[in-house]
Amino acid sequence: MVENNRWGNLFAHLVLILGVAIVVFPVYVAVIASTHPSGTFLRGVMPLLPGPNALENYRTVIFEGRSRAGTPPIGGMLWNSFVMAMAITIGKLSISILSAFAIVYFRFPFRIFFFWVIFLTLMLPVEVRIVPTFEVVANLGMLNSFAGLSIPLIASATATFLFRQFFMTVPEELMEAARVDGAGPMKFFKDILLPLSITNIAALFVIMFIYGWNQYLWPLLITTEQEYYTIVMGIQRMVTGGDSEPLWHLVMATVTLAALPPILVILFMQRLFVKGLTETEK
Amino acid sequence: MQTKRTTFSNRWLPYALLAPQVIVTLVFFIWPASQALIQSVYRQGDAFGVRPPTFVGWRNFETLLAEPQYLGSLKATFIFALGTTILSMGVALLFAVMVNRMIRSRDAYTTFMVWPYAVAPAIAGVLWWFIFNPNIGILPYVLEGIGYDWNHRASSTDAMLLIIIAAAWKQISYNFLFFLAGLQSIPHSLIEAAAIDGAGRMKRFWTIVFPLLSPVTFFLMVVNIVYAMFDTFGVIHATTEGGPSQATNILVYKVFRDGFVNLNTGSSAAQSVILMAIVIVLTVIQFRYIERRVNY
Repeated sequence: MVENNRWGNLFAHLVLILGVAIVVFPVYVAVIASTHPSGTFLRGVMPLLPGPNALENYRTVIFEGRSRAGTPPIGGMLWNSFVMAMAITIGKLSISILSAFAIVYFRFPFRIFFFWVIFLTLMLPVEVRIVPTFEVVANLGMLNSFAGLSIPLIASATATFLFRQFFMTVPEELMEAARVDGAGPMKFFKDILLPLSITNIAALFVIMFIYGWNQYLWPLLITTEQEYYTIVMGIQRMVTGGDSEPLWHLVMATVTLAALPPILVILFMQRLFVKGLTETEK
Repeated sequence: MQTKRTTFSNRWLPYALLAPQVIVTLVFFIWPASQALIQSVYRQGDAFGVRPPTFVGWRNFETLLAEPQYLGSLKATFIFALGTTILSMGVALLFAVMVNRMIRSRDAYTTFMVWPYAVAPAIAGVLWWFIFNPNIGILPYVLEGIGYDWNHRASSTDAMLLIIIAAAWKQISYNFLFFLAGLQSIPHSLIEAAAIDGAGRMKRFWTIVFPLLSPVTFFLMVVNIVYAMFDTFGVIHATTEGGPSQATNILVYKVFRDGFVNLNTGSSAAQSVILMAIVIVLTVIQFRYIERRVNY
């Protein structure tokens, strides 16, 4: 048996506690900063213990915003982020599961060709073709709309591959039995395949929701009207807007609210999250 | 490529099922990408349509590669990607090895390690920007105690360190999960055999565990480089904005700046084409490796 060394274990715990501290520290600091009045940040070092202004700060950012700095109340931005994340997630899941179904359960001309077209999306992230994609969306009149925020991002090769792989493991007999019983393809899809895929769908849902919520460059490009700002991109305007130092207590309250939803999703669905992460990247 | 042994037969249904995905791909991926290819070999016309775009062949690429700013951006990207990958993977490997020794506390530590994955790159950037703020940040205060004057607004090195730390911090959870899964798949009997032969902890790690982890390590290296090069736009845009004096102007940020702020379409398109080539190479490496692993 491998030696069991008490000091070694103690050392490992120390390293890990330090590690957890490093991982948690930035968010701890943000939460603490969001509870202080603005005066705290004028001089000296930022505080490490909670202050008295939590309610006041959160009320200000959610309902009032900072009209002078050009940032609207973030209640609306949170809602926009939520709508965008949900639209991207549901869009990606539905079009991917349908394409995987077509590729696995049908034989038709150009099947391989379509598979490669979908594969190409992996090689063309938005970041590398920013200007022409913006032009296409502008020409289609989709600037400043939820359609423009979500539809260009919903093609997904990884989700299609994952569903394809899963469908390949579904026993052939299920489909044969369904056919003998006279079920057409869509009935088979709806009554057998979809219920079997629930775990995979849920795991992907977690990953894609986080992906959608955290979009930054895309909303930055195609929203010019405040009513479509999303929370993650809105923070940038609070930090760099104006020449003066940012109002850190309000920025950090916003940061906390912006980071909270995806963090909660991960914490409450950790098992699904790990499954989704390790399987989509294989 | 396989299908099921028996398939449904329907003339139009498979096309209808594929249509949404394929249409989105064509309109928002393939079409813009080919536009970038075309624009990259043209000099843009003026805004009034007096001078039409002219075909210039490789000229945009030649100008670009001769530009000191672009070469500087390449260098910054290289340092940034390398720094982020090494820092994030090193720290994650250390944590994963330590957590893997634990029995009762493993899940608790894992929970604390995974959630930064949920933090958007832009937010990670703002958090570290705040911690390193030269006036009120806690770390410059500590650094001043040991005699280092931190200022990421003036010092290129400090700014680069700032974005590397922010980008690496966010990626620790991802690397940690994959390393932990890799460690757990190493057969315990191998380690016990080495222990019986008298190999100490460090020796066992470097001669058995680390070589067996190499597929995971390689995979993570590619993923981290892709992440550092393409997913970190938010980190830079929300904090340093490429400065001071272009020190953190990585390729993705430069493509955005030249396209939207400086309105230099030809150059921006040429940069897009180079970036696409990089993504394609990295994707091919990643997939070739995965195929090989499946065959094992």
